[in-house]
Amino acid sequence: MEVDIPAALNALAPKLGGTAVEKAQRLTGGASMETWAFTVVGGGEPRPLILRRRSTPMDPEASRSVTMASEAALIQAAGHAGAPVAPLVRLCEPDDGLGEGHITGFVAGETLGRKIVSDPRFDAVRPHLARQCGQVLARIHTIPAGVAPLATADASGELDRYEAIYRTSGAERPILEMALQHMRRNLPPPMPNVVLHGDFRNGNMMFDPERGVAAVLDWELAHVGDPAEDLGWLCVNSWRFGRADRPVGGFGEYQDLLEGYMEAGGVEIPLSRVLFWQALGSLKWGIMCLMMYSSYATGATNSVERPMIGRRVSETEIDLVNLLEAGL
Amino acid sequence: MIEHPRADELVEAVAGWVESIRPQLNPRDAFLSRVAVNALNAVKRELVQGPAAEAAAVARLSGLLGMEGDLKTLNAELCARLRSGEMGVSTPGLLAALKAGIEDQIAIDQPSYVSVKVR
Repeated sequence: MEVDIPAALNALAPKLGGTAVEKAQRLTGGASMETWAFTVVGGGEPRPLILRRRSTPMDPEASRSVTMASEAALIQAAGHAGAPVAPLVRLCEPDDGLGEGHITGFVAGETLGRKIVSDPRFDAVRPHLARQCGQVLARIHTIPAGVAPLATADASGELDRYEAIYRTSGAERPILEMALQHMRRNLPPPMPNVVLHGDFRNGNMMFDPERGVAAVLDWELAHVGDPAEDLGWLCVNSWRFGRADRPVGGFGEYQDLLEGYMEAGGVEIPLSRVLFWQALGSLKWGIMCLMMYSSYATGATNSVERPMIGRRVSETEIDLVNLLEAGL
Repeated sequence: MIEHPRADELVEAVAGWVESIRPQLNPRDAFLSRVAVNALNAVKRELVQGPAAEAAAVARLSGLLGMEGDLKTLNAELCARLRSGEMGVSTPGLLAALKAGIEDQIAIDQPSYVSVKVR
């Protein structure tokens, strides 16, 4: 259903502390989520805000997604826990006419991963980012599991889930097969579960050139699981934007990430556990790429993007071979 | 095979043309045209480098598995042995063979990709 977002936002202005909404514009967003920037005026200082709403229910990862109400609860809880977030302004109600969504404050900065790893504007702050990310994750991992209904997923469960997707795809990729079997036989020992962001990577954070991490975005894949999952996902080479030499997000070092995590109250996590989850992250991304290609092969979508994403499987395979060779 | 022009030359010409019209396109189409050019360049590399890469892969896998066959057959057999546990990370020569194969593949798919190094 088409919704006139600027009109609906304008009608909502009184509940947002103003009389009208200006400059409503859609920012580039994902396939199932829309993000809009807008400014509320008429109540003193113009107030820039962000609307995030679900536009279509269909997405390969949709079954993993939390509701927008859960996202809103997580954002608030993360803020209370001391993690930087865009503060929640409103959880949309049915009468708002915006569908399932929430409105947060606007946080200035940069989200493009390639800029974070290479733009000279971030040269000064870049050496501090890995430690900051560790600190932020330690705070996120203190969120009480009861704040929202969240699924629980451990390494074994994740391997089951992605193996099932891989088998359904019909692809026969020896490196993915070897990685699946090897990781299943070498699961890390159990450790207490925590609330995870679930998609904590370079690209899902707002960075400020002076302060570093300004806000953690995109909470839709939050779940309960192994704390090393969030640390490992941040280190997957596919989000290093060409800076494979800087393992944490293309901007920092493992040691800084792990030290920052402990400084902010996180438990001690051995590097080997982070590497396990980094490899599992590469495996998951590779299988997701296969899945996105499948949506082209079956005729479900016809964009040129989808089949080309299928050619990104090999990047995860070469990374997995290197990790296996290094004794993962 | 017809060599005037070769298939890779045709693909190269189309990629060049798509590049040339990009400035006139709206942002969404400009983005997709970039993806299209990437796709055409991968096709071109596969046309040029693919046959030798495939022959090398067949030779490597035949040696490892001790059997003959085309790449699809050998690949399926390798996957089956990995899945059953008959072969794995500790199988002599296997990781090196897989690495050589995936290096050839990434040279076709994304030659600028910088793969992960561990320590």
